[in-house]
Formats: sequence, C-alpha cells, structure tokens
Amino acid sequence: MSNARANILARLRAVAPQEPAATPEPDFYPATKLGHAERIAQLKRLMEHMHAEVIVTDPQHWIATLKDVLRARQVNGLLYGPAGPLGAALEANWDSELPPLVGYTEEVEQCKERLFALDAGITSTRGAVADVGALMLWPDANEPRLLSLVPAVHIAVLEATHIHDSLADAIARERWAEGMPTNALLISGPSKTADIELVLTFGVHGPKELIVLVLDDERG
Amino acid sequence: MTETVVDFPKNFAEALNNSQLRRNLRAAMDTMGHRRRTLFADLDALEQLRARGDAIRWRALRQLPDLLEQLEKKCTENGIQVHWAETPAEANQICLGIIQRHHASRVIKGKSMVSEEMHLNHFLDEQGIEALETDLGEYIIQLDHETPSHIIVPAIHKNRDQIARLFHEKIPNAPYTEVVEELNAIARKVLREKFFAGEVGVSGVNFAVAETGTLCLVENEGNGRMCTTAPPVHIAVMGLEKVVERLEDVPPLLRLLTGSATGQLITTYFNMITSPRKPGEKDGPKEVHLVLLDNGRSKIWADPELRQTLKCIRCGACMNHCPVYTRLGGHAYGYVYPGPIGSILTPQLEGLDHAGAMATASTFCGACEEVCPVKIPITTILRRLRTESYDKADSPNAVKGHGYKVNRMESLTWKGWALSNATPWLNALNAKVLGLAGPHLSKLPQVGVLKHWGQSRALPPFARKSLHVLAKEKGIADE
Repeated sequence: MSNARANILARLRAVAPQEPAATPEPDFYPATKLGHAERIAQLKRLMEHMHAEVIVTDPQHWIATLKDVLRARQVNGLLYGPAGPLGAALEANWDSELPPLVGYTEEVEQCKERLFALDAGITSTRGAVADVGALMLWPDANEPRLLSLVPAVHIAVLEATHIHDSLADAIARERWAEGMPTNALLISGPSKTADIELVLTFGVHGPKELIVLVLDDERG
Repeated sequence: MTETVVDFPKNFAEALNNSQLRRNLRAAMDTMGHRRRTLFADLDALEQLRARGDAIRWRALRQLPDLLEQLEKKCTENGIQVHWAETPAEANQICLGIIQRHHASRVIKGKSMVSEEMHLNHFLDEQGIEALETDLGEYIIQLDHETPSHIIVPAIHKNRDQIARLFHEKIPNAPYTEVVEELNAIARKVLREKFFAGEVGVSGVNFAVAETGTLCLVENEGNGRMCTTAPPVHIAVMGLEKVVERLEDVPPLLRLLTGSATGQLITTYFNMITSPRKPGEKDGPKEVHLVLLDNGRSKIWADPELRQTLKCIRCGACMNHCPVYTRLGGHAYGYVYPGPIGSILTPQLEGLDHAGAMATASTFCGACEEVCPVKIPITTILRRLRTESYDKADSPNAVKGHGYKVNRMESLTWKGWALSNATPWLNALNAKVLGLAGPHLSKLPQVGVLKHWGQSRALPPFARKSLHVLAKEKGIADE
C-alpha cells in the first residue's frame, strides 16, 4: 500500500507535459461594486429568501433587539462564547428573566450532552458576502464550530462594514490564501433539504432558524 | 467490484415499464432543469462563467502531479494526514485501519460518490462496523438497501408515499405520514442521536485547494458539517482529480456547481476545512485524514482527449437534461455513476468489456454538453468509446477492455460491404438482387436483431432501383 503514492505519481509523471496554458480565463463576473446600503439590502433580500430572519439594528441597541428575539421564542438557554467578541457585552447586559446564558467553555468531549440539549446559540461573524447572500464565519477557540450548528436557533451578529461584494472579493481583500483557519464557513440560511420530491423544507440537521442581527452605524 | 454482470436490456425494459418511476423522474427532472435555467437566465454571463470553469479545471489537470504533491505537502503541514490509494480495495483498507485504530464501530457519513465507488458501506458492514448515511436522500435509500439513482438527489426515484411507507416500516415507532415536513422531522430525530454518538465521520470532497491544503464541502442539510465536526476523527475521501490550484479558483466553481446542480445561488453551507482541532480549540476532529483515490483516473488522465472526463465537478446537470436518463433513472445503468457523465466515466473505470454498453445509452442530442458547467465534450468521448469497443489494436492509451464488441459475423458483413462498394459490378449485382427482393424483405421474420429493432418500427422495403441506377437514368453523369 505504501507504493500507491509512488505508483500513482510515476504514472502521472510518465506522461509528457501537455502544451502550456493556452486556455483563456475570462473574469469571473463583471465585478459589481455595491454601495454600503445596497450591500445590506441585497444581503437581507437574499438571506430572507432562504428563510433567514435579518434584522438591521444599530450597534448601541443590538442587545435589546436580541432580547426581543429571545422573548418571542421559547428557548431553554443561549449558548455563547464568553471569551469571544460578544461575551462581555452579553454578560454585562443580561437579565434574569431571559433564558440563561450558557458558556461554551469546555472541550466538546466534556460537554456534548449539554450542547445537544440547548435550543439556541449566538456567534459573531467574520463578515458576509452580498452577491449570494451568505455569512462568513471563522469559528475559533472562543466561538467553537458546533456553536453555529447544533442548537436549533442560530443567532449571528454581523457588522455592516464587514459585508463584501462577493466571496472572490473577500478572499482577495482579506488575503485568505496566506493563512486559512481550521474551519471557514459560508452560511446562507437555516439548514434545508429537498431530498423528498424536491419539496424544499427547512430545519433538517442543522439549525431550524437563522436570525441575523446586522449592526449598522449609518442606520437612519 | 461486485457489479460485473449488468443486464442492460432487461434493466432498461424494466425501468421504461415502471410508470411510477417515470412519473417521479419526469416531475423532478423538469423542476431541476427549470431551476437551473432561472438562475442562469443571463446566457452571456453563463457562457463566460463556463469558460472560466473550463479553464480552471484544465489548468488544474495540466499540473495534476505537481498539485497533488503540493496538496499533500500543505495538508501535512496543516496536520491533515494524507493517504494514497490505487484501488477502491486499498482505500477501504486505509479507512478500516483508521477506524480500527480508534476502536470505533459507529461511522457517520456525509454524501460522497467516491465512497459509493469504493462500496465503503458494504465493506465496513462486513467488518461489523455500522456506516450510517446522514444525508436525507442517502439515509432513505440506505434504509431500503438501495444505491443512489442520482448523484445530487439520490432518492429522486422515490415519491413521498414510498418514503412514508419505508419510514413507518423501518424506523421503530415512526408514525405513517406523507407530510414531507413530518418525514423530515422523523429523520432529524433519528440522526441527531447518531451525530451525537458517531465515533468517526466520513465525507467526500468537492474541491481540494493545493495552495492552502483546504478541503471544501458543499451542502444544504448540515449533516456534512456534523460528520466533519462532531466526531473525534474525520476521514475525507476524494478522487484525485478534485484538486484545484488556488483558493481564488473556488468561487467560480462553487457558483457553477450549485447553480448547475440545483439552481441555487449558493447552498446553505460551504464548509472549508484546513486542519484538525488546534490546541485550545474546543471542537472539531482531533484527526483529519484525506484519502486520495486513483482507481483508473491516472490512466484516463494520460490521454489528452479522455482527460476531459476528469474536469467533472459532479453537478448532475447532464443527468437532469438527458432524454435517456430522465426516462430510465440511475439504477438501470447498473453502476455508481449514471447518466451522460456515468456513460463516459464508468466504461473507462470498469473497462469497456464490462460497462461499454453504457456508451450506447445516448441519442447524441448533445444536451449534456450544452449544460455541462466545465464544457466536457461528452459526445466526442462517447463516440471514442464506441469506436474503441470495436478496436482491438493495443495503443498505449486504449481504454481498458477495448475491442470487446468485435465479432466474426459483423466483421465479415462489413468486409463484404466494403468490397461491394469498391467493386462496381458486385455493387450493381447486390443492388439488383435487393431491388428484386424489395418489398418482400419487410416481411422477414422478426427474429434476432430485427426482433428488437422492429418492435416499434416498420421495416423499410428496399427500393426496386438503387439511387445509383435512378441517377443514371436521369442522365446525371457518373464521375
């Protein structure tokens, strides 16, 4: 079996190199440059089409908006990353009448049961892409990967200035190729399937609801 | 491989006579075609995007050995363990070795066509290891001991009544319901427990980026993320052609893939995996393995024409638009990859002597080529495979099992035909004899080849006078 690598590469190397690149590579798209407000509007429209709920709010009052979102739902707790970008703000502003904040602070092996029993989770986002309507997440030690996947309700907080025109744009501007994280994600809505008669239904294995709070300084 | 004997005529007849299957397929294929057309409404933009996709895949294939080594180097630096397998049997052994090293008995799987090619589930089952499909469509067909009939929507041949009955019979305590949302909810409940308990996750790979050592996965349900995040070990299996050069190659291919497959601007999740869990991180697998499978791909690659087969990004659009596939469904083809792409890929992987008949399941209408997001010349390759079916010459790039159709009767017939056409007096004699027999030939007993051919056609009578004679009588000069 150890010869597989050598054998495969030997077969591939045995073929004389083909003609050098001659195929022209046209641009991906005629790049669309959107303004700040257009980007938010496009993201909202596309993500809502995919059954996400997108609420544009201002950076001072997003926690109040979050509380409204939670009061409108029956959830048994909100999973969050205490050391993540949202942790301190959540802890400082939490009310006792709200579902309890539960920190994702241990390795999954230690807290799997609790994790799978919680109804809602909240994460920050790295940004979003407007052309297809998707959030970008780079989960890390402070906001782990399952936080945006296991709870039935995923609440994501997005800063409006971090919305890119496209994925291609984000990859280029943020120089992703120079260092990719353990896991990078695009998320365009709650989980869905059309595997039975192509009937689109939402909430299969991942979250049933995705709520996006867009923090926009220029709002109003 | 277990599928050595496939009875195509029998399969085709059964599929064509299955009216339930025909209805299910018709509805689904029309919908998928419509969704694709709606998304790619701007045809000029689509052409530009296809040209780009084609160029990216060409560029990757041209440098395949270098990119595979770069991918291996980058992945290894990132902590992903890379394995190479020449055959499905080797790939299965690699997976088994990893699973056994972790004393695991519960494997959860995301959708992967390469794992179907390996018959991994069957293999693990024989070793006493449960390999559970978690994509809803794959879960449905696994419950019914079937294989996928479509590479994107594996259970497309079943309708909701059939799935309702299946769930009620096979899942303990599941009520009978034909409501799609309720069927979904049943599956979600069962599979949640499996995600919780899974010890090893297996997935495919849509694109592997050599530049960064990143494995990209495209999905809607979240089961792919579950399989690659919740268990402590993740094994990704991929055909070695799936590598691309740069990260910036990914966005155009992603758009082409989701748009061509299901008419979606983007899927719910695009999952990019570059390393196992790093120190301090709280979840994600502690080990990530990448299994690179050859299984004949390096041989396909050696031929500049056949190489184009390997540009495929597995969107399934060729199936949705194929007049043959949409009437038969995937199972009738008898192999893992059905439809137009299956008809060019499978005979090359399995040998023409086994699967060569797939290359005949085409009307040459070319719809597959028109929709192919990376411009694979499917009909050209089909024609090549048909030609090679009759070519016994051992050229270095000849397709495995070539010349399987050569038989004495047919060779003699064609030799006679060639002789007749090169010998004026013999040709004249033949034309005369056939002309005299003319009207009676259509009353030939319909046996042998004529039996199938004549079932839905009237045999044409031979004309009393040949074109040659008619032309002469009209005074057209014979050059």
